[in-house]
Amino acid sequence: MNRPTPALRVTDLTTRFNTQDGTVHAVNGVSFDLADGEVLGVVGESGSGKSVTMMSLLRLIPTPPGEIAAGEAIFEDGDLLSMGLNDLREVRGGKIGFIFQDPMTSLNPVVTVGDQIVESLTVHQPTRRSEMRARALELLQLVGIPSPEDRLRSYPHELSGGMRQRVMIAIALACNPRILVADEPTTALDVTIQAQILELVKDLRAKLGMAVIWITHDLGVVAGLVDRVLVMYGGQIVEDAPVDELYADPRHPYTQGLLASLPSATSRGQKLVNIVGQPPDMRQSPTSCSFAPRCPHVFDRCHGENPQLLAVSATHKVACWLDEVPVLVGTAGATTGEGGDHDD
Amino acid sequence: MTTEAPAVGSEAPEVLVSVRGLKKHFPVTKGALRRKVGSVRAVDGVSFDIERGHTLGLVGESGSGKSTIGRTLLRLEKPTDGTVVFDGGDLAGLSSAALRKVRPRMQMVFQDPHACLNPRMTVSSIIGEPLVEHLSMSSRERNERVEELLGLVGLNPEHANRYPHEFSGGQRQRIGIARAIALNPDLIVCDEPIAALDVSIQAQVVNLMEELQDLLGLTYLFISHDLGMVRHIADRVAVMYLGRIMELADVDDLYEHPLHPYTRALQSSAPVPDPATEATREKIVLEGDIPSPSSPPPGCVFSTRCPEAVDRCRSEVPVWREVAPGHGVACHLVD
Repeated sequence: MNRPTPALRVTDLTTRFNTQDGTVHAVNGVSFDLADGEVLGVVGESGSGKSVTMMSLLRLIPTPPGEIAAGEAIFEDGDLLSMGLNDLREVRGGKIGFIFQDPMTSLNPVVTVGDQIVESLTVHQPTRRSEMRARALELLQLVGIPSPEDRLRSYPHELSGGMRQRVMIAIALACNPRILVADEPTTALDVTIQAQILELVKDLRAKLGMAVIWITHDLGVVAGLVDRVLVMYGGQIVEDAPVDELYADPRHPYTQGLLASLPSATSRGQKLVNIVGQPPDMRQSPTSCSFAPRCPHVFDRCHGENPQLLAVSATHKVACWLDEVPVLVGTAGATTGEGGDHDD
Repeated sequence: MTTEAPAVGSEAPEVLVSVRGLKKHFPVTKGALRRKVGSVRAVDGVSFDIERGHTLGLVGESGSGKSTIGRTLLRLEKPTDGTVVFDGGDLAGLSSAALRKVRPRMQMVFQDPHACLNPRMTVSSIIGEPLVEHLSMSSRERNERVEELLGLVGLNPEHANRYPHEFSGGQRQRIGIARAIALNPDLIVCDEPIAALDVSIQAQVVNLMEELQDLLGLTYLFISHDLGMVRHIADRVAVMYLGRIMELADVDDLYEHPLHPYTRALQSSAPVPDPATEATREKIVLEGDIPSPSSPPPGCVFSTRCPEAVDRCRSEVPVWREVAPGHGVACHLVD
C-alpha cells in the first residue's frame, strides 16, 4: 500500500453530550481518511451524527454539554483534537473552510459582504487593506456573483438565499483551504438554486483542487457530486465506499433500505419499500448494532455485539455481522462469494 | 379496493374540486396608517380540477404560491378573485355558518409535525377535537373512534394518552393524518407532508397515505417540491411558478414529455440518486433567482430566467392552452 498521506485522518472519534436526560452517544468511534482533492459525501438522517462528527473535528461543539471523549484527527502533522487553541484557530477558516446550511445565520447581518470576506483574510493572511479588498472582489467573481463591485458593499439581507450561500463559499475559500467542509449547504435552497450551487462547487473543486467533505441527507445530491460516500447511522459509519460501488452494490442493510425506499419512475401504484421502525435512541450506549431493531436480516449476534467497520474489498468497508460471517447466515444475497471479499 | 378499473368508455370521472381564475393577492402596507403601497400576487389566476379519489400534485419552488393555493382552497384564506367549486357548491360566496358545514369534508395535513400539534394536549384529545367540534358523540363513542383512527394510521391505540413529544417525527405525522381523517373528509390538502421527515420515514408516510386513499376514497392535493415523490403519488401534476400554473398534465405525460421550459429545467435540476445517470445526463441550470411576487416581470413570469425566451415572452402574457387532451401549458414557444 503506497497511498499518499491523507489530507485528514480521523481515528476512533467519540463525542458524547451529557444532558439532563442522560448521556447522548452522538458519535461512536468514527474513523476515516480524506485524500487530497477528494470529494467525500457523508450521508445520514437527522441524529445520525454526521454534523456532530464534522463539528467535533474543529472542536466547534459546545463543551459542556458536549465532550470529545476519544479519538484523533491528524491534519498536517498536528492532532486537531488536542492541539492548542491558537493553532486550531489558524486551521479553522484558514486551511479548513466551513459552509453551513443556513447562510442567514452564519453571516453577520450588520457587516457588509466585502468586510466579512476581508475579516477572514485579516485573521489568516493579513496584507494591505487594498490588496485584501481586491482579493475579496476576486472571490466574489470566482463564486459567480453578478456585479461583484456593488455586492461588496451589500449587506446579507439584500441578497437572495442562493447569493448568500455563494458569499459563504467565498469566505470559506478566502484563504485557499486544503479542505472545505460543507454541512447541508443546499438543503435550505430551492432545487434550481441548488443546481447552481452544485455546479459551482464542482467547478471550484476542478479549479482549486481542494478536498471537500459534503454532509447531506440527499442521496441524489451525493450521486452527482462526490467520489466516495460514508453512510452514517446511530453515530457510526456503517458503510464506506466509492460512490458508484455504493449505489450498485450496497452492502449494509441500512444502505440497501435507504436506496430501495426512494421512489422511481416505475414505482407508481406500488408500495414503496420502507425501513420499518423508528430511528435509534442515542441515549443507549452502543453495545449492539444500532440498526438491529429495524434490520430485516437481524440475528442473535447483532444484539450482543456492535459490528466494527471492516473492509470487504480494497475500497469498500461495511460494519455488519452479515459481511463478517457469511457462512453463518447462508447466502441470502448478502455475499456474492467472491474470494477476496473477506480478507481477515 | 374493488373498483380499480379506470372508467374507460363510461362517464367521465366526477370532479370534486373545480378552481377557476383563482387569485390571492396580499396587500403590502407602509407607515403608521398602513397605507396600501402594493400587493404580493401570491396566486395570480389559476384554474384546475381535481377528480374524486385522485391526487393532484402541485410542484414549484418556494414563493411560487403552492401553499397559498392549498389554503385558499380550504377557505383558510379568502380569495381575491375567482371561484372554488367544491362538490358542486361555490365556496367563495359562503357565509361562515355555511362554511362551517362544509369544513369537515376538507382537511389539511401540515408540513411540520412538531408545530401543528398542541404540546399540551394528549394524542386522544388532538384527534378527538374535530369529533367534539363537529359531531355529538358520547365520550365512549369518541374514544372508540380515536382508537380506531390510531389503528388506521398504524399507531398503538394504547398510546392515546401520551403527549406529542413522546413520539418521533414520523409518528407525529401519523397523528396529524389521523386528525385529518377523523371526520371522513372528501378532500385532504397535504402541504409538504414529508418534507420535514427523514428519508427512511418518508416512504412509510407516503405508503400510509396511499393506503388510506384506497380505503377511504380520499382526494388529495399533494403539495411538494420533491419531484420524485410527486411522480410516485400523483395522478396529475401542476407545475407552478410565481403564482401561475406553467404546465398541467397527467403524471407520466408531464415527466416523459415536459413541454414548458420551466418544467424541463425543474426536472433537470432535481438530482437523480444514481451516479451513472448523474454523470451522463444533460443538466439545464437556470440562471438568477425567482423574481419577487410583489413585482412580477411583464409578459411571461418565467421570461427573466427562461433559456429559450424571445422578445414576445417579455411583453405578452402567454395564454393557457390545451395542446393535447388533458395536457395544458402556458408558453408562447409550444406549438
